[in-house]
Amino acid sequence: MLKKELGLALLILVIGGVSAFINPQFISQVNLLNLSNQIGLFGLFALGEGFVIITGGIDLSIGSMLALLGIIFLDLLVNHGFGWPLALAITVAGGALLGLIHGLLITRLKLQPFVVTLCGLLLYRGIARWYTQDSTQGFGYATDYDRLEWLMSGRTFDIPHTFIFLLIVAAILAVVLHKSMFGRYLFAVGKNEEAARFSGIPTSRVIVAAYVLAGVLTGLSSVFFVFYTQSVAPSAHGNFYELYAIAAAVLGGCSLRGGEGSILGIVLGMVLLQVLQNLVNILGIPSSLNFAVMGAVILLGVIADRELQRRRQNKIALASAEARSLARRPASAPV
Amino acid sequence: MPRRAMPRRATRSSPSMSEIFLELRSIAKTYPGVIALDGVSLSLARGEVLGLIGENGAGKSTMMKVLGGVIAPTSGSIVIDGVEHARLTVPQATAAGIAFVHQELNLFENLDVAANVFIGREPGFGGLLRLVDEKTMHARVKPLLARLGVDFEPSDMVENLSIAQRQMVEIAKALSLEARVIIMDEPTSSLTLTETDRLLEVIDDLQRNGVATIYISHRLGEVKACCDRVVVLRDGRAVGELAKSELTHAAMARMMIGRDLKSLYIPPKAPPKETGLTITNLVTDAFPDRAVTLSVRFGEILGLAGLVGSGRSTVAQTVFGVQPPLSGSITLDGAPMSVKSPRDAIAQGVYLIPEDRKRTGLVLDMPIVENISLADLKSHSRAMLIVGGAEQKVAEHQRRALKIKANSVEVEAVTLSGGNQQKVVLGKWLSMRPKVIIFDEPTRGIDVGAKAEIYEIMRALADSGVAILMISSDMEEVIGVSDRIAVMHEGRVSGFLEREDFSEHNVLMLAVGQKIYEDAAAHA
Repeated sequence: MLKKELGLALLILVIGGVSAFINPQFISQVNLLNLSNQIGLFGLFALGEGFVIITGGIDLSIGSMLALLGIIFLDLLVNHGFGWPLALAITVAGGALLGLIHGLLITRLKLQPFVVTLCGLLLYRGIARWYTQDSTQGFGYATDYDRLEWLMSGRTFDIPHTFIFLLIVAAILAVVLHKSMFGRYLFAVGKNEEAARFSGIPTSRVIVAAYVLAGVLTGLSSVFFVFYTQSVAPSAHGNFYELYAIAAAVLGGCSLRGGEGSILGIVLGMVLLQVLQNLVNILGIPSSLNFAVMGAVILLGVIADRELQRRRQNKIALASAEARSLARRPASAPV
Repeated sequence: MPRRAMPRRATRSSPSMSEIFLELRSIAKTYPGVIALDGVSLSLARGEVLGLIGENGAGKSTMMKVLGGVIAPTSGSIVIDGVEHARLTVPQATAAGIAFVHQELNLFENLDVAANVFIGREPGFGGLLRLVDEKTMHARVKPLLARLGVDFEPSDMVENLSIAQRQMVEIAKALSLEARVIIMDEPTSSLTLTETDRLLEVIDDLQRNGVATIYISHRLGEVKACCDRVVVLRDGRAVGELAKSELTHAAMARMMIGRDLKSLYIPPKAPPKETGLTITNLVTDAFPDRAVTLSVRFGEILGLAGLVGSGRSTVAQTVFGVQPPLSGSITLDGAPMSVKSPRDAIAQGVYLIPEDRKRTGLVLDMPIVENISLADLKSHSRAMLIVGGAEQKVAEHQRRALKIKANSVEVEAVTLSGGNQQKVVLGKWLSMRPKVIIFDEPTRGIDVGAKAEIYEIMRALADSGVAILMISSDMEEVIGVSDRIAVMHEGRVSGFLEREDFSEHNVLMLAVGQKIYEDAAAHA
C-alpha cells in the first residue's frame, strides 16, 4: 500500500512548489531547516499516536503529558540537582508509566481509549498547573546540561538534531511495524481483535505495548520541547498537540477504526501539516487562519481518501464475485 | 394500506374457528445453489395455534421471513383476507396484523416498556415540536400489560426486565398493533419452566380472543401442549400435518426425519488410539447446573450433534480457552490441560475452527498468507523479525494442498468464497502441529464441492492421528462423516451412538431429550 504515501508525497511537492513559486523564500535553506526542526519535534510523538491508532485506540493526553513531563524534567534538573542523564531517564520512564496505566485501564477494565486518555488530558494538565502554581518554569541556575542541550537542540552540518533523531526513530519503528511479529500483531488486533485472540495472539499485551510506546515517545518529545521553548508555561505548553498527532496519522493513512497505517505515511502526514503552517507564515496569510487552513486540507484529504477506498471496495466486490464463480466451477470432482 | 380490505370487525362476530384469514400458497425460495423452500403451503384460521416444527435448516425461519415481508419468495403467493400478494413488505405485513416475537428479542434496553411498545409510532403533541406524549403512551400500555397479567409497569426500563418479561413486552407490542397472528420463534429457549407455563397460558388467552399463534419450537412437549395443529417441514417441504389428536412425540419425530442420506463416509485407515482429549464434568456459564463428559480419541472423528442452543459451541469454546469453565477438568493424552486463553490451548496443540469464521476465524482484510501465519509467526521469525519469504512458502504449500482457489496468497481473505475462506482457516492450523482440532459447523454456507473436500481433509487428519471433534447441525454431515456421535440436549450429553446405531431418528430423539427405546415401544 505505497500508493497512499506516494500520493501524499506528491501533494507535499505540489503545495511546496506552488509556495516556492509565490514566495521563493519558502525554499531558502534557513526556512527548510527550520521546517525540518518543526517536523522533527512534532513527528516524534505523532509516531507513538500512530501505533495507538493502529490498534483501534486513540491517545488524547499527549499535549498534557508534554507539559507535565516537561515540568518534571525541569524540576529534577533545576530544583533537585539531578544530573541530566538521570533526569532524562526518569522523564522517559514517567511517560512509559502513564502509557502503561492507559493501556491497563483500557485492556483490564475495558474502558474506552477516548475516555481514558481524555481524563489523562485533564488530569496531567491540572497536576502540572497545580504543582507549579501556574508559573512558567525555566532553566534558572541549572548547570552542566550543555551536552544534553546540544543533543536536543543542536545541529550537525546545519541539520537540526530533532530531525535526525526523528529519522532514526522512524527507521527503527518502520522495521518494528512492518517487519516484526509485534507489528503484525498490531495490525491483526486493530483489524479484528477477536480473530487475533482466536489465533493465540496476546491481544491485551499488544495493546498495552502500543500505549507504552506512545508514552515513551511523548516522554522523549517532552525533553526536546523543553529545549525548544526553553521554558514551560504549564497552562499552554503542548496545548492541542495530540490533535496535530492525530491529524498527521490520519493524513498519513491511519484509519481511526484501526488496522491501517504506515510509518512513512505518519511522517509524511506531519511534513504536510508543518508545510501548511509554514506556508501560512511565508505567504502572508493571516496567522489567525492557521487552524482553518489545516482543517480544510485535512478534510479534503480525508474526502479524497474515502473516495479512493470506495473504488477499492468496488474492486473487491468484483474480485470476490469472480472468486465465487471460480469456486463454483467444478475444479475437482466432488466425492 | 390502500388495497387491504378491512373485514376484521365483520369476521370477529363469527364464532367459527375454521375461518381462514391467512394463506401461504406454494411458497418457494431459492438461493444460488440452495433451495430453502420448495413449494410450501400453509393456512391459518382465526385464533388458531399452529405448530411449525422441523430440523435445523428445514425452512421454518425462511417461511416466517416470507410471511413477515422480510424476504420475497421466488414463487408462490400470500393471501390475506382473500387478497393475493406476490410478496409482502414489512409495513404490509404489520398492517395485516402479522407480528413477531423474536428469538433474539428486538427491544431497546435503554428505553422503558411503553416507549418500546410505541417505538416508531409515538403519539405526539406540541405541533412542530413533535414532543412525545408519555402520558398517553403509558395509559395505553397499562391495559395491555394487565391483559397479559404481568408484574411490571409501563415505566419500567427494559434493561431491568428478565427475558420472560421482555417477551411479554414484545407480545404487548404485538397486541397494540392489533396483531391477528403472533409468530413465536423458539420463544421458550431461554425461559424457566414456570415462565414457559405462563407463556403457554398467555397463548391460550390470546387464542380465546381470536389472536392466532404460529409456534416454532424444538421442544415437542410444548408443541404438544399448546398447538391445535402441527405442520412439519423437512428440507424445505411440508412433509406432513398432524391434528391435535395425533400429536405424539413419536409421530412428530418420525415426520421430521426420514430422508435417504447420501453416504459421505470415508472409513478410517486404522482404529483410533486409546487416549485423546477427555472432558470430565465440565460445567459452563450457559448451563450452570449441567455437566458435560465426553472424550474424543486420537485418530477418530467424533460428531457432536444437538439442536441449536444445546450447549455444543460453549463446550468447544471452553476447551479452546475462550471462556473459563465453572468447574470440571480437561485432559489431553492423559495429562491435565490448563487453558486460560486460546493462546494456552494453541500451545498444547488444541485448535478451534470457529463457527463464525468472518468474526473469529479470519482477519478478513489481511492477505491469505498473513492469516495462515498469524498463529505461528514465531516459527517464521528470527529475533522477533519476520523472515522474508518464509511465511509465503508455507502459505503457498497450504494453498496447493488445500486447493484454495485464489490467484496468489497475497490476495485478501475477504475476496474469497466461503469454502475457500474456511480452507484458509484450516491452513492456519494445518501448518502447525495439531493434536486436536475442533470444527464448529465446518461447512456452514459452503457449497457442495468444497464440502466434500473439507470432509476428505478431516479424514486425512484423523488418519494422521489427530483427534477431531466436529460440531454440526447438519444431519447429513453428522451421520455421514463421524465415526461416533455424541448428542447434546440442554447442556448435557444425552447419549452416544456407535456407527451401527447411526440414524437420523436416533440422533433426533437424543437431541430432543428422548430415550431411543421409548420410541421403539411407541412403534410397536
